Amino acid sequence: MESFLFLADGFAVALTPLNIALLLLGCFTGTLIGALPGLGPVNGVAILIPLTFAFGFDATSSLILLSAVYFGCMYGGRISSILLNIPGDEPAVMTTLDGYPMAKQGKAADALAISGVASFFGATVAVVGLTLFAPLLAGLAIYFGPADYFALYILAFVTIGGIAGVDPRKTLLSALIGLMIATAGLDPISGIPRFTFDNYHLYDGVDAIVALVGLFAISEILMLLEKAAKDRAAPIGLDSWLPSVRAIWSTRWAVVRGSIVGFIAGVLPGAGASLGSVMSYSMEKQASDKNGTFGKGDPRGVAAPEAGNNAASGGALIPMLSLGVPGSGTTAVMLAMLISLNVQPGPLLFERQPDLVWGLVASLYLGNVALLILNLPMIGLFSRLMMVPTWALMPIVAAVSFVGVFSISNSIFDLELMIMFGVLGYLLRKLDISLVPLVLGLLLGGDMERNLRRALSISDGEWGVLLESPISLTLYALTAVFLGLSVWLARRDRKRRQARLTEG
Amino acid sequence: MKILTPTSAAFGIVMAVGMTVSAPASAAECIAPSNPGGGWDFTCRTIGRILSELDLVEGNVQVTNMPGGVGAVTYAMVVNERPDDPELIVATSTVGITQIAQGRYPAPVDAVRYLAMLGADVGVIAVDDDSPIESLDQLTEIMANEPGSIVTAGSSGAGGWDHIRLLMVAREGGLDDLNAMRWVQFDGGTDAVTQMMGGQIDVVSTDMGEIAGFVESGDIRILAALSDEPIPAFPDIPTAKSQGIDVTGYNWRGLYTGGEVSDEEYDEWVSDLETLYNSEEWQTAAVESGLIPIWRGGEEFSDFVVSEAAVMEEISRDIGVIE
Repeated sequence: MESFLFLADGFAVALTPLNIALLLLGCFTGTLIGALPGLGPVNGVAILIPLTFAFGFDATSSLILLSAVYFGCMYGGRISSILLNIPGDEPAVMTTLDGYPMAKQGKAADALAISGVASFFGATVAVVGLTLFAPLLAGLAIYFGPADYFALYILAFVTIGGIAGVDPRKTLLSALIGLMIATAGLDPISGIPRFTFDNYHLYDGVDAIVALVGLFAISEILMLLEKAAKDRAAPIGLDSWLPSVRAIWSTRWAVVRGSIVGFIAGVLPGAGASLGSVMSYSMEKQASDKNGTFGKGDPRGVAAPEAGNNAASGGALIPMLSLGVPGSGTTAVMLAMLISLNVQPGPLLFERQPDLVWGLVASLYLGNVALLILNLPMIGLFSRLMMVPTWALMPIVAAVSFVGVFSISNSIFDLELMIMFGVLGYLLRKLDISLVPLVLGLLLGGDMERNLRRALSISDGEWGVLLESPISLTLYALTAVFLGLSVWLARRDRKRRQARLTEG
Repeated sequence: MKILTPTSAAFGIVMAVGMTVSAPASAAECIAPSNPGGGWDFTCRTIGRILSELDLVEGNVQVTNMPGGVGAVTYAMVVNERPDDPELIVATSTVGITQIAQGRYPAPVDAVRYLAMLGADVGVIAVDDDSPIESLDQLTEIMANEPGSIVTAGSSGAGGWDHIRLLMVAREGGLDDLNAMRWVQFDGGTDAVTQMMGGQIDVVSTDMGEIAGFVESGDIRILAALSDEPIPAFPDIPTAKSQGIDVTGYNWRGLYTGGEVSDEEYDEWVSDLETLYNSEEWQTAAVESGLIPIWRGGEEFSDFVVSEAAVMEEISRDIGVIE
């Protein structure tokens, strides 16, 4: 296989002493940057781009440093998701769903280890897929039109419908609020301001990360404040500082499934890492949530989205390198990084600069290896954070949230917006309305709407366009199967429960 | 007396170096009204670096990112808080002027003073390599006679610069009802091109820089470059002007400063920027990032911005983007 030879060359380039040092340094700083909510991989990498010029590294070394920072940030984001319920970046939201409950049960070490191992496995799948199929997949991805993307988002929404809560009306309400927030800002298609209240701070829409930090971190603080007023919250215990190998092993199939789903989502340039982690989570829940443990600290609920998210980030490199189309926020930064190194991604990149492409692939992979080695021993340290009593931890969470969000845009308005989302999150949680559909509406709604409208612009308003291509028809068929399956599963569970009741 | 230990000496030196770096004597500041990584950010960082390399400013140029409202947040801040600050320059481009022309900024176009344009990306009109449309003539004829039969697309929304410059071509070619042609927005020029390769759309109007790779690989065909002169890297691609369509559509990169900066200080900036423009450093940096170095400075540039905004406003009104 020619590609594997190229990849081997890539590793040879990446494995010089300087590059290994940069790799470790990048992973470490990245972890710290990523652990601050708000400051995610996008900011981390973007801020460091000028630094690589200042030191005068060559293209490969710069790429290695920046990819290491990127992966470090991704991993750091998981730390705050799991320990503090603050998503470090958009795809990390799915990790909070089961990661934080696990930490609350004293299994922080397990959750962190699972997230590390699953990320590593997801990245491995992506690198292998990239090496084997890059040109083929890039060729296929261009046939995915706007109508097909819309069908894909419909599939995502239907499969996640079952994630949250018991009451479908509440789920629907929550999703609608999310979709509505996603429409705020200057409409990219018509240029017309929507829900901006003549405030130009809202012209760019609501920055998802500001909303997420508000919804999760600030509302958590409010919940705890309320609780503390009633009774003194006991510090959360910690079962063990050491992750259990058995817990990690128990998630193996979730990791495999998550990686595959994530990789497919990543290859489609219009989908990206958020969709990858969402679909991996919901598919996993569909496949293995027999006892209703998802959302309450099921290790598979951490493993699947983590594997999916990393496989998607790796998969997103395929359209980014071979077409120059960034599939996600992070690949957009990588693209900027390549362009700043005077590398123009596009159909000729693989032919013209194979050393650089494979150097990048190899360094991304090594970034994952380095993180696994660096962070597994540090899990004990991180997970001790859970032993900090609530009265000391919450002010830190508040401070970290404010600093993180302010550092995105130096804007007081974003802080106010974050507090508003915190109050909204608190109210919804008091009403027992799950935040998950809201978050999904917020993250996926914008792209779903734009693709629907693109499809309709192409057809001049003819709705039939949505059902024309074989790709969308297949996706709708899949959607129907999923719907049928979940209704059937729900019925069966109810019958079993009734049977158990009559027996008992 | 205490003996100065090596450690504390080293610490002192580090502190001293750190302080020199962080506090230059008189700091010029360039605001990029976007997140790090975008075009405006590039403008500030590159120009800031070269200004201090050429000793045109004292010390370093501090680059600040102030995203929000596609530049509106920064515009409001400059107009309200720092209209007379001679140390402040702000990155802008055709995208910013489109926003102003459509009334999306909190102040009119003449609320600030435009310093100079230093480079531009050239707009092009592209079709797939196996498209039946072979020439710009053929395209303008289709656009004029059967505007509903083709799907056009680019990286901006309706009324954005990619759309407006295609409509300028279509109008020059005889299209009257600017609303008759279908327009699809994509998130970037390459997104639009790949959708065209997948057969979803027929024509793409966008910047050359981003899609040059597809031209070199032969996946797409460029019908016209919307520039005065052919693009240096692609001398064989004919301009629209050479094909009888008198339209140019640059996506230029430039700078403005506060509206109450004195003539003297304004002229000093313009002359500094002209020196920068003529430097080896800028010419290299611009070409490396896919721009064509183009100079327009001072009053000439201001007039250009104002008239460009007027054309954009008129077309936006014609297609109903603004009232």
